[in-house]
Amino acid sequence: MSIDFRFKIQRDEFCLDIDQSISSSGVTAIFGASGCGKTTLLRAIAGFEFSKNSFLKVVGNIWQNDQLFLDAHKRELGYVFQEASLFPHLNVQQNLEYGLKRSGQKDSKNLEEIINLLGIRELLKRRPCKLSGGEQQRVAIARALARSPKLLLLDEPLAALDDERKNEVLPYLEKLNQKLGIPIVYVSHSKEEVARLADYVLILEDGKVLAYGSVSEIFSRIDLNLSQKDDRFCIIEGTIIRIEKQYNLATVGFDGGEIIKTANDFKIGDSVRLKIKASDVSLTLMKQEGTSILNILKSKILSISTLNETDSLIRLKIGKSILLSRVTKKTVSQLNLFEGKEVFSQIKAVVALR
Amino acid sequence: MLNENDMNALLITLKLAFMTTVILLIIGTPLAWWLSRTKIKYKFILEAVIAMPLVLPPTVLGFYLLVALGPKGPIGELFQSLGLAPLAFSFNGLVIGSIFYSMPFVIQPLQDAFKAIGKRPMEVAASLGASPIDRFCTIALPLARPGFITASVLGFAHTLGEFGVVLMIGGNIPGETQVLSIAIYDHVEALEYSQAHLLSGGLLIISFLLLMIIYATNKKFSVGRS
Repeated sequence: MSIDFRFKIQRDEFCLDIDQSISSSGVTAIFGASGCGKTTLLRAIAGFEFSKNSFLKVVGNIWQNDQLFLDAHKRELGYVFQEASLFPHLNVQQNLEYGLKRSGQKDSKNLEEIINLLGIRELLKRRPCKLSGGEQQRVAIARALARSPKLLLLDEPLAALDDERKNEVLPYLEKLNQKLGIPIVYVSHSKEEVARLADYVLILEDGKVLAYGSVSEIFSRIDLNLSQKDDRFCIIEGTIIRIEKQYNLATVGFDGGEIIKTANDFKIGDSVRLKIKASDVSLTLMKQEGTSILNILKSKILSISTLNETDSLIRLKIGKSILLSRVTKKTVSQLNLFEGKEVFSQIKAVVALR
Repeated sequence: MLNENDMNALLITLKLAFMTTVILLIIGTPLAWWLSRTKIKYKFILEAVIAMPLVLPPTVLGFYLLVALGPKGPIGELFQSLGLAPLAFSFNGLVIGSIFYSMPFVIQPLQDAFKAIGKRPMEVAASLGASPIDRFCTIALPLARPGFITASVLGFAHTLGEFGVVLMIGGNIPGETQVLSIAIYDHVEALEYSQAHLLSGGLLIISFLLLMIIYATNKKFSVGRS
């Protein structure tokens, strides 16, 4: 199943022109610089932006086509804005019930679950003005979910929060993905957020689609300018297959091999998402013996591209996974690196994103 | 204390102010909502028309209303052809005059209050499944409450003090169209200062109390607070 849309929206100087199909499972991040049309696209999906000759189909239901424009209140969706936008004249409980009452369902069990999921039980009787920014945003997310929407739209829900509040809300957003069986579309301009939360990424530039793909695929593409090129990283998804308690180390199996990382709270069978910085991956022609580096993986060079005056960015294939390595141009010529050559990638550091 | 004439003038004034305020709230709410939301280019013309009584001498407004409401005027003729009582020099005529005279004092606070809500709460309500009328009643009206208090009190208080318009279209018929401000004028003309003092002082206190209500409540419920 998928979410298919075709929008052509002209607003003053700006034009959104998109024809795309995105996955209806997991979190799809809409990513791009400010002014690229991320929010306009999300608003169009919600029915806040009227446009002719558009098309929108959400998991089999047509919400918009040449003859039909379903009003926002008839689309079964949840929308979370950048600012929590709670109704100031209602308390938290009444805010949560506003959508539930209008959905025609009397499923208070679902509401209870959501209250627990977002940890807002002790806030129920309070007025929105008595809540912190992070609490407000958690209530806003709960309110959007209370009516059991078929689609959840989040418009930079963390952008208005400081780092501390962000870290307060992020874990709840991660839980949403696992607990809810509904598609989530998440607008963000933060690469870190996207790397942590998204399963798929849609990149917009000047109102047009630049790229769409799984999060690991998108982050391994070196033709996409995701941000300053210096902090390039790739994402590898895998499962914990072994734990060495005495060393506090865990082995992550992925499509292409194994990577060892710190175990911490992980258990065997947990799925993990690893972030590996290009600057933490070095290359050798022969497998090193007697090195302190634990992760040495046989890999094949897919492409070599220029990063800046001194450095090159190398795309490596390990099984079906892609790794990025940043080395100096001098290294490229001294080791005689070329496309198709087999090398060993040494990974100095691995960070688990989730 | 108050003689029968003064008592009648007081009752007529309160009745006029009450009816005018209620009618203005009924027609003013949708009009103010529309003005606060519409994107049409020429809404400023309508806004200027509504604001006219703020700057126009009441006698000018009263004069044109008299012409329109009189037996030869368009509205007066319409009423006559329908077999209704003539409007000029009647209480109903006063109500119509007061509606025009006090309109900006009701429309403007409402329009400002609706505008201050912004479109965000309405979009949130829409995303939660509320139809346009539903979200107007459950979100816009409660959030605009300070605006409604201001509009009601200003509309009421402003009608209380009406003089010029009433004099032009209502005349000075005791027990029918004689309102407080005109009764005061008559007392002063007749050098009955104690009666004039009584009525003037009463009007002063009522007006002061009403304005105090506005400022006290608007401090507690400022518009658009999150």
